[in-house]
Amino acid sequence: MGVITTKGLTKKFGELTAVDNLDLDIKEGEIFGLLGPNGAGKTTIISMLATLLDPTSGTATVANQDILKKPSKVREHIGIVFQDPSSDDILTGRENLYLHGLMYGVPRSIIPQRIDDAFDLIQLTGREDDLVKTYSGGMRRRLELARGLLHHPEVLFLDEPTLGLDPQTRKRIWEHIEKIVKERKVTIILTTHYMEEADRLCDRLAIIDNGKIVALDTPNALKAQVGGDTVQMEVSEPEKAAKELEKLDCVSRCEARENRLDIAVKDVAQNLPKVFAAAGEISNFSVRNTTLDDVFMHYTGYDIRDEGAEGAAKHMQRVVGIKK
Amino acid sequence: MNQLNGLYAIWLREVKVYFREYSRLIGSILTPLLWLLILGKGIGASIDENESFAGVPYEQFIFPGILTMTVLFQSVFYGLYIVWDRKIDFLKEVLAAPLNRSTVFLGKCLGGVTDSMIQVTIIIVLGFFIFPDLEYTLQSLMLVYLYLFLLAVIMTSLGLIIGSRMDSPEGFSLITSLVVFPMYFLSGALFLKKNLIDEAPLIYWITAINPASYAVDAIRYTLIPEDIFLEYGLSRDLAVLIGFCVFLLALGTQSFKTMKL
Repeated sequence: MGVITTKGLTKKFGELTAVDNLDLDIKEGEIFGLLGPNGAGKTTIISMLATLLDPTSGTATVANQDILKKPSKVREHIGIVFQDPSSDDILTGRENLYLHGLMYGVPRSIIPQRIDDAFDLIQLTGREDDLVKTYSGGMRRRLELARGLLHHPEVLFLDEPTLGLDPQTRKRIWEHIEKIVKERKVTIILTTHYMEEADRLCDRLAIIDNGKIVALDTPNALKAQVGGDTVQMEVSEPEKAAKELEKLDCVSRCEARENRLDIAVKDVAQNLPKVFAAAGEISNFSVRNTTLDDVFMHYTGYDIRDEGAEGAAKHMQRVVGIKK
Repeated sequence: MNQLNGLYAIWLREVKVYFREYSRLIGSILTPLLWLLILGKGIGASIDENESFAGVPYEQFIFPGILTMTVLFQSVFYGLYIVWDRKIDFLKEVLAAPLNRSTVFLGKCLGGVTDSMIQVTIIIVLGFFIFPDLEYTLQSLMLVYLYLFLLAVIMTSLGLIIGSRMDSPEGFSLITSLVVFPMYFLSGALFLKKNLIDEAPLIYWITAINPASYAVDAIRYTLIPEDIFLEYGLSRDLAVLIGFCVFLLALGTQSFKTMKL
């Protein structure tokens, strides 16, 4: 049995089903990603696993403890980095970590050493005694990452760890997370709506949409399922072109939105002429490796960056065909 | 042991934050001085103190009431910080810790009580210089602190209970004002309650169910031991305040247990 197991985990807010009958089995020592757009139910899943929210039905075990029967035992074994900053900015970094250590039952005599180690880990040594309000957004995130680890949890939840950070800072946080996994024996559950983040960090990931898992595998396997490289082209008659393209053996998938076609093609170098012939008049084209964006679009029918369900529904109708 | 460390951590955070926000300290000393020096002098000059207060100057007569007021307002508005903690998400960090909700409540409560006690100590020291006639002995001070402490526990709990149910700081201020102003005016901080028995019996009975009345009564008689100021008696004051304390601590623990994030 994995370090986290959920059985039929469900959360309803009135009419809305935020998490729908979730079955998960997360192994010890892996980085498991929950990938999905805003409002897909990722944070709700984490809140339930962290015993901050009771499920409507179903249950889960975290570190071999039932979240309903032994919530305080669960809490002893987990660390959380919340989506929004949750450190006290009128206290110093050291004070924030010290209070955290006390609250999580770290013996008082070893807290100072743990704090030094923590600042070393996140490379903030020298800023321990500055007020948190003088930290930048990225520094504050790193501090909260270190805080989540201070009591040496078995499971660490990271809820959108790089939300709202600039690309350099984001990369830095990723490096810290990779270092943590290498140095500490800890299972990490990470939610994100950044594809690059999920691709780079996660051993396995679940694509979540409307509270349900639509796909679950390693990032590479997920990409392989979509098949080959992606050719993107703008054509004058997308409907007709899509129909023609689907007939080709080398095309495993063809999706149209507006004038743009996303075509998954096997052995691109050899098959490109055939694709061109089938597509008709082309105004623009590019070839790129398949990314999790394509995977996401493949499973949900819309782009993760699209806002709002109306757009999603529109794109759903425009998906011309998916060959299995 | 873990719960005790957690309690200490929550209390320590409140005290650290308190000393880092000077404005909170200064602001809450100014208001009592305004009441004492302006309202006290002003009303004192308009009444016959010999007839009503056995020759005790009015501003001195209301000094115990102003001590009570300081604790009353300071303690109940402390509940605002739980609303802020929720807004800045620090509350999540605390509630995700392996601590009982009763520990969290008690830690917060003690933090608020400590703030109030520091505040009121400054007023007590000022009182020593402004009113040399007050009864300042070791015993009287210990009694004053005992009653103020009990009142602080009651009012901090009340503030936290209201705060645990509120999302917006504005809403919190509105509700607590509706509670704390009547409590202050009905405590007898500014007048003798027993004069109301014939004049306005209804108001008199309302003052009798107000815990602040008992604090005012005990502190006034302790600092100015004139028989005319004796209303309920020290032991009855103590019993009533302890009763309120126990009730509100229980209610507060319960409200934290059912509190949503």
